[in-house]
Amino acid sequence: MNLKETLRYLGYKGQQGDEQTIGLVQECWQELEKTAVRRCCFREFPLKHLPDYQLDLGCFSVQSKSLWKNLEGCCQVLIFAATLGAQADMLIRRYSRLQMSKAVVMQAAAAAMLEDYCDEKNREWKAWYRERGLYLRPRFSPGYGDFPLECQPALLKGLEAGKRLGIVLTDTFLMTPSKSVTAVIGVSCQDRQCLVKGCEACGKRDCEYRRETV
Amino acid sequence: MKLLEEIKRRKLFFDGGMGSLLQAQGLGAGELPETWNLLYPDRIKEIHRQYLSVGCDIVITNTFGANRLKYPAGGAFSLKEIIKAAVNNAREAVKEEGHGWVALDLGPTGKLLKPLGDLDFDHACDIYKEVVETGCEAGADLILVETMSDGYEAKAAVLAAKENSRLPVFATMIFDEKGKLLTGGNVESAVAMLEGLGVDALGVNCGLGPVQMKGIAERLLELASVPVIVNPNAGLPRSQDGRTVYDIDEEQFGAVMEEMADMGVHVLGGCCGTTPKHIKRLVNLCRDKQQIPPTEKNRTVISSYTHAVVIDRDPVIIGERINPTGKSKFKQALKNHDLEYILQEGVTQQDHGAHVLDVNVGLPGIHETQMMEDVVKELQSVIDLPLQIDTSDTKAMERAMRIYNGKPLINSVNGKKESMEAVFPLVKRYGGVVVALALDENGIPGTAEGRLAIAEKIYKKAEEYGIKPKDILIDALCLTVSSDSRGALTTLKTLRAVRDRLQGKTILGVSNISFGLPQREIINAAFFTMALREGLNAAIINPNSKAMMQAFYSFRALSDLDPQCRDYIELYGSQPPLSQGAAGPGETGASDVKPAPGGPFLGRQWKGGSGQSPLGLGDCIRKGLREGAHEAVKTLLAEREALDIINNEMIPALDDVGKGFEKGTVFLPQLLMSAEAAKAAFQVIKDSMADSGKGQEKKGTIILATVKGDIHDIGKNIVKVLLENYGYEVLDLGKDVAPEIIVEAAVENKVPLVGLSALMTTTVPSMEETIVRLRQEAPWVKIMVGGAVLTEEYARTIGADQYCRDAMASVNYAEGVLVRRELGI
Repeated sequence: MNLKETLRYLGYKGQQGDEQTIGLVQECWQELEKTAVRRCCFREFPLKHLPDYQLDLGCFSVQSKSLWKNLEGCCQVLIFAATLGAQADMLIRRYSRLQMSKAVVMQAAAAAMLEDYCDEKNREWKAWYRERGLYLRPRFSPGYGDFPLECQPALLKGLEAGKRLGIVLTDTFLMTPSKSVTAVIGVSCQDRQCLVKGCEACGKRDCEYRRETV
Repeated sequence: MKLLEEIKRRKLFFDGGMGSLLQAQGLGAGELPETWNLLYPDRIKEIHRQYLSVGCDIVITNTFGANRLKYPAGGAFSLKEIIKAAVNNAREAVKEEGHGWVALDLGPTGKLLKPLGDLDFDHACDIYKEVVETGCEAGADLILVETMSDGYEAKAAVLAAKENSRLPVFATMIFDEKGKLLTGGNVESAVAMLEGLGVDALGVNCGLGPVQMKGIAERLLELASVPVIVNPNAGLPRSQDGRTVYDIDEEQFGAVMEEMADMGVHVLGGCCGTTPKHIKRLVNLCRDKQQIPPTEKNRTVISSYTHAVVIDRDPVIIGERINPTGKSKFKQALKNHDLEYILQEGVTQQDHGAHVLDVNVGLPGIHETQMMEDVVKELQSVIDLPLQIDTSDTKAMERAMRIYNGKPLINSVNGKKESMEAVFPLVKRYGGVVVALALDENGIPGTAEGRLAIAEKIYKKAEEYGIKPKDILIDALCLTVSSDSRGALTTLKTLRAVRDRLQGKTILGVSNISFGLPQREIINAAFFTMALREGLNAAIINPNSKAMMQAFYSFRALSDLDPQCRDYIELYGSQPPLSQGAAGPGETGASDVKPAPGGPFLGRQWKGGSGQSPLGLGDCIRKGLREGAHEAVKTLLAEREALDIINNEMIPALDDVGKGFEKGTVFLPQLLMSAEAAKAAFQVIKDSMADSGKGQEKKGTIILATVKGDIHDIGKNIVKVLLENYGYEVLDLGKDVAPEIIVEAAVENKVPLVGLSALMTTTVPSMEETIVRLRQEAPWVKIMVGGAVLTEEYARTIGADQYCRDAMASVNYAEGVLVRRELGI
């Protein structure tokens, strides 16, 4: 159980939770661990840096300064998607109808669980590529900085995420199931120390839920 | 039907992958494969021919993604032309090769259905209907629904295929290694639903290689009474330089497929990554194997979107509480369209051990079809139990069966000609197990023989519609024993005779037996045990009744249905000895098994009497203790007036919590727990006021909605909980709500305030449009907005009156708007 991150998603900003809330967090993690079905997939694509911050990522092209910088020095990318499945959404939905306090905690716990899962997978892949003399950059998702959500259809199609993971988009480019993540991970021949990842990579510095970086 | 004859005689073979072959010929990453039916018909035809020439029997048209969502009207390609060309290409290949059938391919829409996604079930049916009509006209021989990871979407496709063609329909789903669908569901629930809908063959495709599919194939063969199809990928995928490659070659592919053919799989082929080489190997190895047609498995089974429930020796409990008969609060809830109340009834029964929920919403003065649809949709989106659709209105029955996500129980048909003629066609069309009452035009026979004769008549008539006895539960009927002392014995005799002489399955509404008697539960529980002993398979009872469930679990333990008495011990092991009270009169009733007030009753154990709290009402609310608040307010009501309690205990506590939240010392879960505690207390007060004939005054009505295109409604739901707590009537329009619906509701109800929520930048334009239309048509309305992407400035730009950064801010704004309105400012 990742209590700290769950509380951060609930807006605790580093403060301790009270007994009642921690009890709810525990319940939610237990139910999620029993019910949610974690799945992910990734594919390698060639990468081309073009002028004017244009990038060709094999299954789509995009103009994005922040992604361009994130991928500097990379020769290829991993396109990646992960989800907790429709089951997690059903749980959140269930409690939205029955006990709203638990629904908000469930939604925070699911977000934390998904992030943990992505981190875990990224670590595995990092080690795998490291053995082959390659380095992975921190993952960068559509919606971060100026990397537009409009890339989602092509990205998901490139992964066949619909049939492999059950992730599809609404007309407004929202992913369903809602507890899903897509990201681009740069693959480089050079090691580059980089502390910025996930939450910290986002440009929205006044965000209520922003993680405190050490 | 040559195909359906042929499938009985020999193994049949599907073709293999299409997409990878097209890519090899230059199909670009962003290109839609179906366009090649028109652009390069020769290449498509050539692929079909290659498959046919190696011995494939059924070629699948290149129409996997051909639907109007991907090819909208007015686009570069006409959907109809694409489908026609696709069927033609396959037809010509068949003609040139001199053999084969053409399967019109229906893939997933690419959208998730409501409530998790934004595609409406009826809309999905329409999308498929268009493809089916066009494909049939063009000359397809059968319809293949494939790669479905959502049972509900598969249902839409199969229904469209059956309703708009007379061709054979095959359906294959995509399971994971554990035999689960991506959206829940499993092999058993999928088979139940698909067979209910009347598919001619079913199976599994894509997602896995043949090795991983073996277990699934085995399960399918065990459960299905129709031929089984297995179309795997060429192993598991791996990415290599931006291309997907699969991990086994045609040799290995063929070898595992041969094993599955030997297991009894009837139709074999390939999916992603497989090529004519794979199919050639497969055909060579399996062509001459003996085809053993599937046997009738005779399973009486219903399903929800997650699982199947088998009705057999181990009795099934059907919760009877969702029914307005004799319940004034339930009637009121129906009149007020209070779905939360109904949901709560469902959850409580589930927590008490129900396996199925009966749903009856018939009440004079309400539109039953609409209400049935709303309630079924709501229940199946929150509770994973199968439902029993209980109505005498065939319109309501049909609507519910159509939108039901699975294979339902249907309550009921009877031996009257009129009833059978109305209900059986629906069972045939949508699938289901139907409760058949052993009565007819001449009433209820007084003897078991008479009831048995009606049961036989019903079976016979059902057969004319193609409905098998396994899909019928005979209701042996019980009348109150107080008016006929032999009545119970007649019922019991009927149960035994249906089981032993007709090999049929039975059901009973058990509680009727005690009508007119005191302490009804005593008789009910004893009769229930007797009926179970006579072979009762399904019982419609009140699962919240301790005595009934005790009878049930005891029976199972005593009848070798509960190995090592595990369930029994789990349930009763931690409870105090019975002698402490349950023996006394009045102690065995349902009344002492109350769920936690205002919320779900968690876990299957009965938790009684833990609500005593040493804290006062205010502190219970501040700490978010629901049960404590419930008990505390009861104590207070004995001494003080309701209004006094609200104003001097509850409101100050809520204000404290609200202020704490604004200051950042109280957090969202706590704020909501407090709100829920207050709600539980309010409910007690409301009930006592209703008992004393006083109504509670509402401060005014507020509309809440998540705007069109946005399916995240958690923020809106938080605001709703708080506003209700502060005494407002909230008209919750839900999520993904079109501007016109919001406007219409605002005008119709003359509301002073509308709250709109949007989570993503992509849905803010729809919020803006809603505001513009509200300004035009309901100029008096104040509009508050909230959601993750909104800011004060953004809210102003799109013309909202108020930006609410959190739920408390919306309460504060509402208080301002509605008070000003009252003062006429």
